[in-house]
Amino acid sequence: MNDDRVITIAILAMGGEGGGVLADWLVDLAEQNGYIAQTTSMPGVAQRTGATVYYLEMFPESVVPAGRYPVMALGPVPGEVDIVIASELMEAGRALQRGLVTATRTTLITSTHRVYTMTERTAMGDGRVSSEKLLAGGRAAARHFISADFARLAEAANSLIGSSLYGALAASGCLPFSRAQFEAAIERGGTGVQTSLKAFAAGFDAAVLARSPAVAATVPAQPLPAVGTRLQALAQRIRSEFPPGSHATLIAGISRLADYQDVAYAASYLDRLQPLAVNPLVTPVLLDETARHLALWMSYEDTIRVADLKVRRSRFQRVGAEVRLGASQQLDIYEFLHPRLEEIADTLPAALGRWLLVTPWARACVAPLLGKGRIVQTSSLSGFLLLYGIAALRRLRRVSLRFQNEHQRIDTWLAAIQRLASQHPALALEVACMQQLVKGYGDTHARGWHNFQRVMDKLPLLQDRPQGAQQLQALRLAALADDDGKALDGMLASL
Amino acid sequence: MLHTPGAHPVAERSFAHEVGKLRLGEGEEFRGEGILAVTKALLQSGVAYVGGYQGAPISHLMDVLADAQDILKELGVHFEHCASEATAAAMLAASVNYPLRGAVTFKSTAGTNVASDALANLASGGVTGGAMLILGEDYGEGSSIMQERSHAFAMKSQVWLIDPRPNLQSIVQAVEMGFELSEASNTPVMLQLRLRSCHMHGRFPARDNRRPTYTLKDAMETPRRDVSRVVLPPATYVHEQEKIAQRWPAAIKFIREHQLNEFFAEDAADFGIVMQGGLYNAVLRSLQLLGLANAYGDSKLPLYVLNVTYPLIDDEFKRFCAGKRGILLVEEGQPDFIEQNVSSILRKADVVTRVHGKDLLPMAGEYSGAVLLKAVTRFINLYAPDLLHGRELPTEARLALASSTLPPETPQTLAIKAAADEVQPRPPSFCTGCPERPIFTAMKLVERELGPHHVSCDIGCHLFSILPPFNFGATTMGYGLGWASASAFNGSDTSRRSISMMGDGGFWHNGLTSGVGNAVFNQSDNLLLVVDNGYAAATGGQDLPSSRAGNLRFSTGHSIERAVRGVGITWAKTVTNTYSLTQMRDTLRAALTTREHGPKVIVAQSECMLNRQRRLKPQVRQQIAAGQRVVRERFGVDPDTCTGDHSCIRLSGCPSLTIKSNPDPLRRDPVASVIDSCVGCGLCGEAAHAAALCPSFYRAEIINNPTAWDKFKARLRRVIIGWLQDRIEYRLKGIQA
Repeated sequence: MNDDRVITIAILAMGGEGGGVLADWLVDLAEQNGYIAQTTSMPGVAQRTGATVYYLEMFPESVVPAGRYPVMALGPVPGEVDIVIASELMEAGRALQRGLVTATRTTLITSTHRVYTMTERTAMGDGRVSSEKLLAGGRAAARHFISADFARLAEAANSLIGSSLYGALAASGCLPFSRAQFEAAIERGGTGVQTSLKAFAAGFDAAVLARSPAVAATVPAQPLPAVGTRLQALAQRIRSEFPPGSHATLIAGISRLADYQDVAYAASYLDRLQPLAVNPLVTPVLLDETARHLALWMSYEDTIRVADLKVRRSRFQRVGAEVRLGASQQLDIYEFLHPRLEEIADTLPAALGRWLLVTPWARACVAPLLGKGRIVQTSSLSGFLLLYGIAALRRLRRVSLRFQNEHQRIDTWLAAIQRLASQHPALALEVACMQQLVKGYGDTHARGWHNFQRVMDKLPLLQDRPQGAQQLQALRLAALADDDGKALDGMLASL
Repeated sequence: MLHTPGAHPVAERSFAHEVGKLRLGEGEEFRGEGILAVTKALLQSGVAYVGGYQGAPISHLMDVLADAQDILKELGVHFEHCASEATAAAMLAASVNYPLRGAVTFKSTAGTNVASDALANLASGGVTGGAMLILGEDYGEGSSIMQERSHAFAMKSQVWLIDPRPNLQSIVQAVEMGFELSEASNTPVMLQLRLRSCHMHGRFPARDNRRPTYTLKDAMETPRRDVSRVVLPPATYVHEQEKIAQRWPAAIKFIREHQLNEFFAEDAADFGIVMQGGLYNAVLRSLQLLGLANAYGDSKLPLYVLNVTYPLIDDEFKRFCAGKRGILLVEEGQPDFIEQNVSSILRKADVVTRVHGKDLLPMAGEYSGAVLLKAVTRFINLYAPDLLHGRELPTEARLALASSTLPPETPQTLAIKAAADEVQPRPPSFCTGCPERPIFTAMKLVERELGPHHVSCDIGCHLFSILPPFNFGATTMGYGLGWASASAFNGSDTSRRSISMMGDGGFWHNGLTSGVGNAVFNQSDNLLLVVDNGYAAATGGQDLPSSRAGNLRFSTGHSIERAVRGVGITWAKTVTNTYSLTQMRDTLRAALTTREHGPKVIVAQSECMLNRQRRLKPQVRQQIAAGQRVVRERFGVDPDTCTGDHSCIRLSGCPSLTIKSNPDPLRRDPVASVIDSCVGCGLCGEAAHAAALCPSFYRAEIINNPTAWDKFKARLRRVIIGWLQDRIEYRLKGIQA
């Protein structure tokens, strides 16, 4: 009596993505080609960007005796699903979690792109989960596993992901319908037919590719990034004076700093790292991490740097590409700037800047210019010239208050790394990583620097403990755990 | 923001194309969704009036009815968008004195709670014309409300509860028979539609629509009354006796004679399964997977399907249990009313059949396919284990019988577990560009200044504030009850005020009286924030009294601020652009710090973005095609100035503001990124300003069909800006390869 003729399909999607359209095509496809189809979905607030499941069953009309009608289930039974379609990689993981994917039966079609969850997005550092693990799980769980970035394929065709996934399903051969029959359902649907068909074809081809035996992907050895003519001498210096393990970082560092200030500034970067490079006790990891963080710190984001990056031609082009500017369209770019007294003082020569910060009447004079956000149209002449003028202050940067402050801080930090490098290498590495806390602008930067100081104050205590490195790492992660410093407070109190 | 009457787009989902199916007649086959089928069934039953209040899963039933105005009018059916579920239930009073068939719909149990006053009165006096409540049973996975049962309402008011098998033909038949049952027993009936049935696509043979034989006009022109039907002593005592002595037996008789409940393979074995009609398909699938039924419902086990779950028919139970060692009662939800009732029936009749139910099934929670398969397997294993032997059992059935030892770990199972461990919950959230988001961003900014406040939430999209990144809200007590549920916090010994939330939907549903009137009367000193986005947005974008859209069908445009002033609020402010974070923040601060004593109301007003986009997108497309100058705005983040702190995301949570891998070889933390779904609402820029965040945000304005002046400016800029950009590139020459 066991009747296996019913085809079961679960679509795991997010509300508002067009999973319903995919389900509608499938129903139409089935009904027009001799099958009885039933679909169910979850209405309600889950539709507001939350995870949701559409469930379909198809049954061949030809085998149904006269006067009978098959009983169809309204939801999936784990282990009894023929096809699972996931519109995003974590949703494929959710299908595994729910037991919907079985090695004996299920074809799993998933897009490999990620739509990050709130938890991943709001992390103060990198809170993303592992796509590799999700893919490996899908591969292990499914009978057939078809994966590709179906979102990108759909986007390229100016369509929604449902179309490219529908194409992949057609290519999978799991349903007893021809490609022409699949396409006819799109045509009968009537809206966005051309773009849907284009995305369908792209999805189809990608799935055919994904199903063909994997060609062993050979990862070409990463050549060192090349540098321009003016940095050749420094690149040569890197090759002769520094161990190979840190070359890639150092090359990136000098490029960045020459771009940020000038070639001499890039040279001073190598000078500062020199003592670590010649110290035989310094591990390659420590040198590399210090080099990376030093380059970032030395290119701290001041007003000059921001203005400099905003006015470049490459930036205008990048924005144009990002907004998909058409040939007949024009682009205007507006910046959201919030100059504060500190930023003005930071940009001034050190003595003048300090004086401004402590002189009430001088502060009162500048105050009207500050305190509220300004919108600057970089694509207009006046806006461009303003930012171009600020960027030109680069020549005065070396005497600015901010430069003095930052370089003092860098020196103290580097000295600590050098001091600990020989006696406490693990702790030295953690000190190097502490730079991660000092980032952002305005309040965010102030909070980060405050946390940095609070943690570094504990260094004398930590360097005498065998667990010092782990504890410093824990403190850094606590500082990155929340905005209001509660986790860090707790951790510091427990030391 | 106003648009022309008549050009008004219908709710979130339009059924304009599908309502044509409502005209199908005898001999034709209907193919479509559950809610559409129910509407068709109402028309086939000759209803004179329908009403209801939207809410998942029956929101779309209201939308179908709204879109079917023409057909309803042709048939002489009056349709009303009721102000609340109580209004809807009270509407059925039309069937008390007149032979009018009427139906109302709402979500249950949320709506049934609200309706229960009217429902109890309706049930007391009883009805002449068939009266039906169509309940969208919002229970189990995907539900958005507290998990309770409509069954309790049926029992307490003695209203019959129909729970048909979940296929369109059975559902349509249940509607038609439901009206007859109602009339035969002078009792309103409830038709329970589960979550998944409402949006189930299926088919059934259509019949002709029927015009009501007795019309509303007839009733209004020849009014009737019968004081014995009015709920006032001593009639109420008579009503109670009537329920027991007349209506109940009449219902039992009707249900038996018309075989509303179904028996399958009644004598096939000495044990069997009894189930609520709505769970029939899932039970049958379990049997099918165990090889004990085929796809058409031919079962090897006796089945008794309760398409009417209240009242139960004692004689039918006695008949089904005769000669059976045991039955499995499949009853979803708790308390286990049916199981208790069945035990009582059998005990009184001295029937010794064992009753299994919540011993093999979980007491609480949805009876999904997996849950049922396990329970059915265990039941069969108790009574006829041989049936399970010698065949390959489905995964879940094997699990049900397996001893507690876990299966051995293999590289496959480890990989699957590792993947499953990566999965995070993905609850619903504010949409891209939602105008409610900046309200909570502003509350975050105010919280930084003034410290935390007690926040009382309501029902609606704004309840997403309780989740990250906002984390606002301590309780939600029901629709429109946001302010009422903070009414205890009304003392003079603190200057810290509580904040209550309410949507425009909840406000008109009852919040104006239960919240605002109450706060005025009790001299509250606290703040109410009404989120006025112009629609009942969470339920699918239906119109409201305060909707700003022009509308031919309803009277709209009634101001919330005027309404609250009308009941005595003096401190009331309307923020007409919630995206203006400074305005929103300053108004909130003022309300929380003003020395003025008394209740305060802020109406935060911006159009629901989902509906706004639906309204504007086609217009914009047309304008661009017609060669008009149209500017599209969207935001972006410069990846080279973003330092990957994500403060901006913690103040917004917008789906279009996400993260991507850092293109910088020296940085590891992902950068913020605005994707192309951005609608340019402006919050990103406002937040960057108000919170002095970061200069990485930019607003791009894409000019379609630029004018000659636009083109001239662009040429001029290209020359001068281009020359300066050449100079920058000259400086950077020789750094990059």
